[in-house]
Amino acid sequence: MPAFDEMNDQGAIRAPYEGIARYIETAGAEALEAKRREAEILFRRIGVTFAVYNQGGDPERLIPFDVIPRVIARQEWERLHRGLEQRVRALNAFLADIYGPRRILKEGLVPAELVLGNEGYREMMEGFTPPGGVYTVISGIDLVRTGPEDFFVLEDNCRVPSGVSYMLENREAMMRLFPDLCGVHRIAPVSHYCEELLETLKSLAPPACQGEATVVVLTPGPFNSAYYEHSFLADEMGVELVEGADLFVQDNTVFMRTTAGPRRVDVIYRRVDDEFLDPLAFRPDSMLGVPGLIAAYRAGRVTLANAPGAGVADDKAVYPFVPAMIRFYFSEEPILQNVPTYMCERAEERAYVLDHLQELVVKLARGSGGYGMLVGPHSTAEQRATFAERIRARPGDYIAQPTLALSTVPTLCEAGMQPRHVDLRPFVLFGKDQVRIVPGGLTRVALREGSLVVNSSQGGGTKDTWVLEQDAPPMAQSMGPGGVTQSMGGMTQDLAGKQG
Amino acid sequence: MLARTADSLFWLGRYMERAGNVARALNVTLRMAALAAPRGTEAAEWAGLLTATGTGAHYQRLYGDPTPVQVTRWLTLDTLNPSSVASCFEAARSNARAVRTALTVDMWEAVNDTWIGLRKLDPDDAGGDRLMGFNDWVLSRALLFHGASTDTMLRDDAWRFGRLGTMLERADNTARLLASRASAFSPGAEENAENYAQWQGTLRSVSALRAYQHLFHERLRPARVVELLLMRPEHPRSVMACYEEVNDLLGILAMSEGEDRVACRRLAGALRGRCVAHTPAYLMNGHLEGLLAEIIDGNSRLGTSIGKCFLIG
Repeated sequence: MPAFDEMNDQGAIRAPYEGIARYIETAGAEALEAKRREAEILFRRIGVTFAVYNQGGDPERLIPFDVIPRVIARQEWERLHRGLEQRVRALNAFLADIYGPRRILKEGLVPAELVLGNEGYREMMEGFTPPGGVYTVISGIDLVRTGPEDFFVLEDNCRVPSGVSYMLENREAMMRLFPDLCGVHRIAPVSHYCEELLETLKSLAPPACQGEATVVVLTPGPFNSAYYEHSFLADEMGVELVEGADLFVQDNTVFMRTTAGPRRVDVIYRRVDDEFLDPLAFRPDSMLGVPGLIAAYRAGRVTLANAPGAGVADDKAVYPFVPAMIRFYFSEEPILQNVPTYMCERAEERAYVLDHLQELVVKLARGSGGYGMLVGPHSTAEQRATFAERIRARPGDYIAQPTLALSTVPTLCEAGMQPRHVDLRPFVLFGKDQVRIVPGGLTRVALREGSLVVNSSQGGGTKDTWVLEQDAPPMAQSMGPGGVTQSMGGMTQDLAGKQG
Repeated sequence: MLARTADSLFWLGRYMERAGNVARALNVTLRMAALAAPRGTEAAEWAGLLTATGTGAHYQRLYGDPTPVQVTRWLTLDTLNPSSVASCFEAARSNARAVRTALTVDMWEAVNDTWIGLRKLDPDDAGGDRLMGFNDWVLSRALLFHGASTDTMLRDDAWRFGRLGTMLERADNTARLLASRASAFSPGAEENAENYAQWQGTLRSVSALRAYQHLFHERLRPARVVELLLMRPEHPRSVMACYEEVNDLLGILAMSEGEDRVACRRLAGALRGRCVAHTPAYLMNGHLEGLLAEIIDGNSRLGTSIGKCFLIG
């Protein structure tokens, strides 16, 4: 199955990539390779690392960064933006419903046992409305593309989605490595993400908060794989990065320990899982939590972003019902499509899956990071037999989807420029009365030839994602590295605008 | 500021300062040992180095008598020594990583690049005829870190806690260096070539040889060396200069925190007073060792007191 290449569509360069294609041709392989090495040094120095478990070696590995950007045309993005907003609003409405009146369960549109028996379901959220009515303050929606017009949602992430720091650092790196190339494209900026995040978090301050809200980022600590991102976000927002032991609760109010004594905390952007929030509410053995935090939350004295129990909405077994949620809550048609999904729990669908393992991708319903996954077309008979056995033993744990021909983008590999499969994770911020999405997101790329697994824990890399402010880059007279860039078209337009 | 953040900044400052001090002392010892070799007294130099770094007892337990190769290894890359260069850089980096948000990018890069460089070393890079080069590298990294802090950090409490750690470590180092060469400053010490080398080495260990000439314009005399390292506020590595800064820092911190922090301020004030309570002549008359022991002990109590006041929260 030939994949759609986002740059070379059947021999013709697609408009958004014209500038990139010209650059690649002019620069040549050696110059690009030099840029790639420069990028690696840059990232190592900044300290952008990602701890990968169970692989030995360097515990602070760099996620490989590919210097060829992934480009999205303005019109394409506008549609994605609308679709993402619609989807996140639906997921939020779903959470408000299942922890409240449960209309969607009563109507029988989503099986009640799937929700109430879900491991992400939190009874403590029943009959409680989080500040602003928002559960999914920060979500990451994983999109894949199979054709010029065909985008699908592969997965929703409503717990503690990560990767946004890479989105921001990738852009910084590109601006440093390719100032000319960036200059001739009108790329929608992303650098204001952290300001938007802070605004969003502040807008959801709890009712008890008077005046300016004090926001903190709660991290499990330096040994967490995403610690770099936690510190990056706190730094960019200018707020404290706290660990559980830095916080304590007194009279249902949360305080942090400072050199000047206790200081009240209003909004917690927590990057720890539900179970590690509060040992009194969840795991008494946890050292990471803050005793009494959930009681303070329920008393309306502090905001947790995201809300506990938001994980039900991103469960892979709940995923097939999202289009129905959109229709049910908003009477709208979904703008973004789901990938058809077979639930192995259902006998009929299970039989189909077992018969077609070679064509399907089988995933754990509750897994993440690309672990425990079978990519049918790339599997051996032995692997398929193992999975068939597992599916029969625990059908409820597995879902299956057709193997999509994920779109490819040219990527600098050892053998030169090669098409590699990509996905896209945009980050959606849901505030009190506004949804904000910074244009683009994190593009992940499967660096191994033919591989469809983009997860960084599985050897994936990242690319900068450019959403163009206009549909095609202006014609530049010279785009070579080190050459003089003269993007006269764009400049005259700007000047004309200012004079007018 | 988070108490934990203040604690990490304090220790970050201490460890970066300590790494630089170890490198200085090691370079001076190499020089002194070469001078002492013809007289067969170089072993004393290596033993003195262990005393100066406050790691003698620990070393003895693990390795027995000091040998040049073993002591060099102990102070450079041996991770069993919590004060070795490798341990200092590792500890500095993990403290820096835990408070990444409180550092400027330049500070973080200074610490992180150092750590990356350290990991690339193999044991031969910090021994034999490469040892001096290694020490120079370590010193340059410590200087880069302090320079990056001085030139890029906001003068807020984060700066003050880092500086507090640096100054406490520096005062301790200078006092220990003097103590480790106490015999060259004892009443009976003659003005011979050996002692002259000792006085010179003491000054070199705190980068103060040139400063001595600028201040006194005369050949080295032990009382002057003691005066410079102990009580002259002009030299940034004198015990006096360190305590002046500690006093100022604690004054501002105690004010901005609004609470009664009397205990540690009183201790710091007392230590500062001890530095200038006596004339150099009086100290040279057999009172130096006692005073240095008192300062080293007081310094350690001051560290504990600052911890209780600010860093536990």
